Amino acid sequence: MERQVIRKWFWAWDFEKEEQWLNTMASSGWVLDKVSFCTYTFVRCEPGEYTVRLEMRNPDNDYVSFMEETGAEYIGRIVQWIYFRKKTEHGRFDLFSDLDSRISHLDKIGKMMLAVGMANIVIGLANTLNPTINLGWINLLLSALLMYGLGRIHGKKENLEKERMLRE
Amino acid sequence: MNENMVLTEATYYILLSLYRPQHGYGIMQQTELLSGGRVRLAAGTLYGALNALCDKEWIVQLPVEDGSRKKQYKLTPKGLEILVGELNRLKQLVANGEAILNQEEE
Repeated sequence: MERQVIRKWFWAWDFEKEEQWLNTMASSGWVLDKVSFCTYTFVRCEPGEYTVRLEMRNPDNDYVSFMEETGAEYIGRIVQWIYFRKKTEHGRFDLFSDLDSRISHLDKIGKMMLAVGMANIVIGLANTLNPTINLGWINLLLSALLMYGLGRIHGKKENLEKERMLRE
Repeated sequence: MNENMVLTEATYYILLSLYRPQHGYGIMQQTELLSGGRVRLAAGTLYGALNALCDKEWIVQLPVEDGSRKKQYKLTPKGLEILVGELNRLKQLVANGEAILNQEEE
């Protein structure tokens, strides 16, 4: 089968852009077939044959088999990011259908970024204080980036929460 | 649970669909059908809601039958009570709305 491998990097807070890109690929006849770190493998499909969705959650077989029951196909995962696709002829495919579940998804992403960011601050400081290693700045830079991302996620969450006060 | 409880639309339709045993995909289809396509439950949202409803014991998961991997769920007596309570709340909501708006029309 015809394949195409694309190497690309998305920040965690740009997960919606990543999903959009994967669906643009699908509508141009290339559907995601395999994922690994920064590497997306596509196979040929009919343009618009599939919808692709991704989300962050703890890997869990029960969830994957539930999704498969509803006609979705598990593509793979990168750490806690899970990728699914579903044929458009089997109906519309969304992972979240209300504000509450979107908010709690953003919350999960935020918590993960906070944990990784904090760890990098600790490691970065420890390495900065250690005269034999001078790579501590890398961790500090990374944690600064993650904190920026956390702000982005928080902003998205706040917008949804504001709306939640008026509707479901 | 005496506070003024309002179910989300998703919860309401899930409970309603589970008046008879149903699996996840069946709940999604039934909800869409009942609401004339207006309410769609996405799989991830539904999965979270089913787990939360099981924790609250408003629904139970039925033992998995041989030869089927699909999990079925059913309303519990407690869940039914909640559903009836919500139905009464909605009736009042509609009655009040109609009473006041019809008055304005006259």
